[in-house]
Amino acid sequence: MSGSGMSLWRYAALRIVQSLPLILGIIVINFLLINLAPGDPVTALIGEFPAPAEYIETVREQFGLDQSLGMRMLTYIGNILQGELGFSFNYRVPVLELVLGRLGRTLVLMITTIVFATAVGLGLGIMAAKWKDSPLDKLAVGFATVGYSIPVFWSGQLLILLFAVRLGWLPSSGLRSTRIAYEGFALYGDMARHMILPVLALSLRYIALTTRLTRSSLIETLNSDYVVAARTRGIPATRILWNHGLRAAATPIITIIGYHFTFIVAGSALVETVFGWPGVGRLMYESIGARDYPTLLGILLMVSIAVIIVNLITDIVYAFIDPRIKYD
Amino acid sequence: MTELHRIAYYFRRKHFAMFGLILVLALVTVAILAPQIAPNDPHAVSRARFLSPGEDARYPLGTDNLGRCVLSGVIYGARVSLFVGLAAAATSTFIGILIGSLSGYFGGKTDAFLMRFTELFMTIPRFVLALIVVAFFGSGLDRLILVIGVLSWPGAARLVRSEFLSHRNLPYVDSGRVSGMSHLRLIFVEILPNIIPPVIVVATLDVATAILLEASLGFFGLGDPNLRSWGGMLSQAQSHIRSAWWMSVFPGSAIAVTVLGFNLVGDGLNEAANPRMQIEGGST
Repeated sequence: MSGSGMSLWRYAALRIVQSLPLILGIIVINFLLINLAPGDPVTALIGEFPAPAEYIETVREQFGLDQSLGMRMLTYIGNILQGELGFSFNYRVPVLELVLGRLGRTLVLMITTIVFATAVGLGLGIMAAKWKDSPLDKLAVGFATVGYSIPVFWSGQLLILLFAVRLGWLPSSGLRSTRIAYEGFALYGDMARHMILPVLALSLRYIALTTRLTRSSLIETLNSDYVVAARTRGIPATRILWNHGLRAAATPIITIIGYHFTFIVAGSALVETVFGWPGVGRLMYESIGARDYPTLLGILLMVSIAVIIVNLITDIVYAFIDPRIKYD
Repeated sequence: MTELHRIAYYFRRKHFAMFGLILVLALVTVAILAPQIAPNDPHAVSRARFLSPGEDARYPLGTDNLGRCVLSGVIYGARVSLFVGLAAAATSTFIGILIGSLSGYFGGKTDAFLMRFTELFMTIPRFVLALIVVAFFGSGLDRLILVIGVLSWPGAARLVRSEFLSHRNLPYVDSGRVSGMSHLRLIFVEILPNIIPPVIVVATLDVATAILLEASLGFFGLGDPNLRSWGGMLSQAQSHIRSAWWMSVFPGSAIAVTVLGFNLVGDGLNEAANPRMQIEGGST
């Protein structure tokens, strides 16, 4: 059924080309924010800091602030494309360096969450679909509905209240213990202990979402004609579930990993703030307090581009594993 | 009307959906009657700081770090959350209807352009952009509503578009076109009324996400500084999490219950309107 007969490679190339206007669009939105912000655009480019006059002059020149709006936009796009995201006066480092330096910690949190939440959500969704309308199914659906309604930062606070304050089992904030200097494997263990609560907090909504989607798409697949036909041919239920059901259900799951990536970005910003996890999200929180606008704008730009890339990858993977897709 | 009657009939038979509706109605009542129900002025500071729940009968849910009544804050916070949630969802639904209907009705290049534009807005991390806009332009209630509304329309637009695509070549639209009706009349008078049920579903789920987004901004210290909001209360609770659990537990429960209420109503309406179709809510 591969409609237009386009090859996967051509499809991938097409999708990459289609992403370019999106990246341009995001740069333009950043530009508009800087120029629409109340006051002098130079404030948005430097942040509310008493910057030296020469530096202000350099920024004015670099971003062509005395030129017409159109020229200014071209200059801005040029600067961004050269990786020139400005300088953070709050941290005294270039924004690009600052964000990249913190990116690893955020990625560790996000990737662990995606892997953990997808595994748990898939498990719950499969069980719920297999034993539809059983008490187990109702429990899974109830959990998913409630889990989907709890703000991530509040689930973080609840986890702290229970596991750190009440039970004292796990640390409530930071990247590692400050009192004992662990080394080698013990250090990794210590960091893993610090990650448990943030990952749980961030996972809750994602598990809820994955459970719901796995359940509904599996139920739909199991009711479809070809599965009913397989069942009448006497193929065991478990084999049907694995052979037909899961393969068909995999595509919507991959899509939500892409589509809800923006959510997990927002979620990790909130969770990092709750748990004092020194990643990009925490940096965002600090930058708001410090009115460090170049850092905020740099994060917006980099995160947006990351989202585009993740969407691109999921689209291509989606096309790769689902031969029914029409490349158009 | 028969379509709406049918939906109401199925909706009433869903216990969870009815439970959600009761939650929502109860919250709306609390928000409207806040001055009558709240035991204290929500902003009044007192020397009675960090009272735990039940310690003083005047403050049933305790007090915060400034000696303000937690219960009164939770009650007045319902006003902020519901007002922002409903107004922002109305804004995003309005924009979504406008863009989605033009896209689906005209198709072709208009559609291609508008859908790329929609894709751009779906790509941008809403929370990050909202933070920056509020940090730049200030966080009055009106601006919060506008920001959340303007960043939340893509879901509605895509739904309206797909509905218009399936309607635009139906006989009733063709006959209207042949009889010389204008595009505007066809879009807003002829087609739009037929797609109201799914739009209401999306709008209801959008209220839930708007409330979550407002609370998240409040948690980052970017709520309306003159109002006590649930997100703002949780932000203050964060600094005292080890000593004053009640500052976190009650406002957080209020957010969760409100969002749950709207999600249950939205899910129930979705199933009642179209038993086979599932619309997934957006993300924060």
